[in-house]
Amino acid sequence: MSTIRTYTTGTVTDWGRGLALAFFAIAAHATPYVPKDDSVVLEHLPVRPSDPVARELHQLRAELAANPRRRETAIRLAERYFALANSEGDPRYVGYAQAALKPWWDLASPPLDALVMRAILKQYSHDFSGAMQDLAAATREDPENARAWSWRAAIDMVQANYEQARKDCLALKSIESDLYAVGCLSYLDSTTGRAGAAYRALSEAYARSGDNSPEMKVWVLTRLAEMSQRMGNSKQAEEHFRAAYFEPINDQFLLAAYADFLLDQGRPDEVIPLLVDWFRSDILLLRLALAEKARRAPKAGEHIEALRSRFDAAALRGDKLHQQEEARFNLYLLGNKEKALALARENWKLQREPRDARILLEAALAMKDPAAAQGALDWLDRSGHEDPGLRQTAQRLKALKP
Amino acid sequence: MTAACRVLIAALLAIAASSALAHKPSDSYLAISVEGEEVSGQWDIALRDLDFAIGIDDNGDGDITWGEVKAHRSDIAAYSLARLKLRSGGAECPVHATAFLVDDHSDGAYSVMRFEGACQVESQAIEIGYSLFADIDPQHKGLLRLEHGGGTRTGIFSPERATQSFELEKISALTQFFDYAREGVWHIWIGFDHILFLLSLLLPAVLVLAGGRWQAVERFPPAFWDVFKIVTSFTVAHSITLSLAALGVISLPSRLVESAIATSVVLAALNNVFPLVHGRRWMVAFFFGLIHGFGFASVLRDLGLPQNALLIALVGFNLGVEGGQLAIVSAFLPLAFWLRGTWFYRRLVFIGGSLAITTVAGIWLVERAFNMKIISP
Repeated sequence: MSTIRTYTTGTVTDWGRGLALAFFAIAAHATPYVPKDDSVVLEHLPVRPSDPVARELHQLRAELAANPRRRETAIRLAERYFALANSEGDPRYVGYAQAALKPWWDLASPPLDALVMRAILKQYSHDFSGAMQDLAAATREDPENARAWSWRAAIDMVQANYEQARKDCLALKSIESDLYAVGCLSYLDSTTGRAGAAYRALSEAYARSGDNSPEMKVWVLTRLAEMSQRMGNSKQAEEHFRAAYFEPINDQFLLAAYADFLLDQGRPDEVIPLLVDWFRSDILLLRLALAEKARRAPKAGEHIEALRSRFDAAALRGDKLHQQEEARFNLYLLGNKEKALALARENWKLQREPRDARILLEAALAMKDPAAAQGALDWLDRSGHEDPGLRQTAQRLKALKP
Repeated sequence: MTAACRVLIAALLAIAASSALAHKPSDSYLAISVEGEEVSGQWDIALRDLDFAIGIDDNGDGDITWGEVKAHRSDIAAYSLARLKLRSGGAECPVHATAFLVDDHSDGAYSVMRFEGACQVESQAIEIGYSLFADIDPQHKGLLRLEHGGGTRTGIFSPERATQSFELEKISALTQFFDYAREGVWHIWIGFDHILFLLSLLLPAVLVLAGGRWQAVERFPPAFWDVFKIVTSFTVAHSITLSLAALGVISLPSRLVESAIATSVVLAALNNVFPLVHGRRWMVAFFFGLIHGFGFASVLRDLGLPQNALLIALVGFNLGVEGGQLAIVSAFLPLAFWLRGTWFYRRLVFIGGSLAITTVAGIWLVERAFNMKIISP
């Protein structure tokens, strides 16, 4: 449901050649046509104009158009769009949110609320340093700004700055509810080798907090499932995944984590019905294609081609934002180990979460090149991360060393 | 839940969320072709984006139909073309829409608008200003493919790089020359009928006919000059007809040319087995060279001749053909001279080879003639 998502733009020279190729590859299978009939439906809009959300957005846009410098309206609209970007997974809405903030976007020190909103949008585009600068300024100005501290923690976690992340979580402790601070700290602890303690702390805080929104429940249950995996307790992990799955909201990151769990368990049969309706989501289509390939399902080829064309389209645009998924796609669906390793290494420069380490280790193992994954091996030593699968891969990789 | 609360939860949820992208962001695909003052192009824009900008879903049912797109054709043209500025030599190149279609990209349906226009001034560079959706979605990008003089360039437009200038350098004459020369070499290399014709004429060059029997020549120079004369006259002859045909002065039906080329190979090879013409083989080379020239011309026509660099292409291609021939000759001659006294060369290579060439070329002749019967009205 939500995420740190990115848009990093490569320099034109980096990939000029590939660009031309990709352009032709895309142009080649696209043949413009004139539809047979006026009634042919070409596109389904994600939000109907009559939808209450659409109506509210429409009204906010109209208000803002009449008075573009009215900050409360601009920030409300940006928040609305950002929430939509998260639930729909469509980056367009981040562009719309950015447009709403236009009068404050290039200011050196915008008002606090605009500053934090700007940081949130920047991190979405993987401008982590820009986002961090804004967030640091925001917490200096208002040390009680829970939102700014939360985002600082999120970015520090992604970049494996664990000491700083701990400070961010502790700052949250004095200003937010128990569950927020415990959630923040337990996530940090479970990443850095204290999964058991983190599991206990989070489940206790969850039990104490009583009534929670479905979003919160799904978040906590998914984390508890992940912690159980790290503790090597698959049965418990599955119970939490299933409980999260039956919450009345769609959360594609839960589905991704659950699908990965099932794939790791060698149960691709159960992944296919779980993800069959999620063709539009790149991250879920990747898991679906992995399951279909393992099952030799007839749709596998079609879905691999669809993913290929989406990665080509991103390359054309200069995006480097889903290199982790692209590395996995290359390693397990195309068998292109070399490219997978190159992508995983590139991804590691920007993002250092356990899943980023995992694909780097696996690609390096496939290429029998332990040196290429040195960054991830060091991270594993330093963080003390416990995931048994990850540790095993690292051992096999180290055994290759001369 | 209030929006602010939602964002606060989003922050917490962001901790540990994947860094993946679920959808493709907004892009348009802009292809522009510039030839002289003429500009034409095609612009693919996502229907979702157009709907957000100008409203296409008239009945508000959440579906965009072809009828709704058609009804908004002029709005789409006005909106998008107002956000695309083409300038050449300081003056605008106004363009107008000529056709509307649709296309399915990996992330949904796109409106496809074709357009054309002309620059008032032809210059060395074209400046492209792109501001589509810059005000409503700063994350949108325009992906450009620019074609000019047979070359393709690409570019990416974003609000930070909204105006870009592209040199319309003419493809250098040297590049063009080498491109065509390479085609010439390639054609000789894959054109077995030309190679076999040449070999048939060259095989006897290291031999001399004495008393009705082939004897090895004693010295290298006579053999060399014999080859020199044959190759030169073949070259001169096919250059003449190649140029005349390429320039459109003479035109022969290709079936006739191809059959005549096959005949020339048969005759040249047979002449080795049953010598009729010996001393003046260069004249044979010249005569049949005229026919082979027409064959080369059809290849050149298929490659497409640039009207602005006709001579460069012609000379380049011709020299490429010569280069290819020379490579064959310089591989052949020393070897033949070395082996000329052996039974292997005189019986197996010379007579056996010539008979084999006759057979192959005979089959070509029948094939080409057979085709002629089938396809002629």
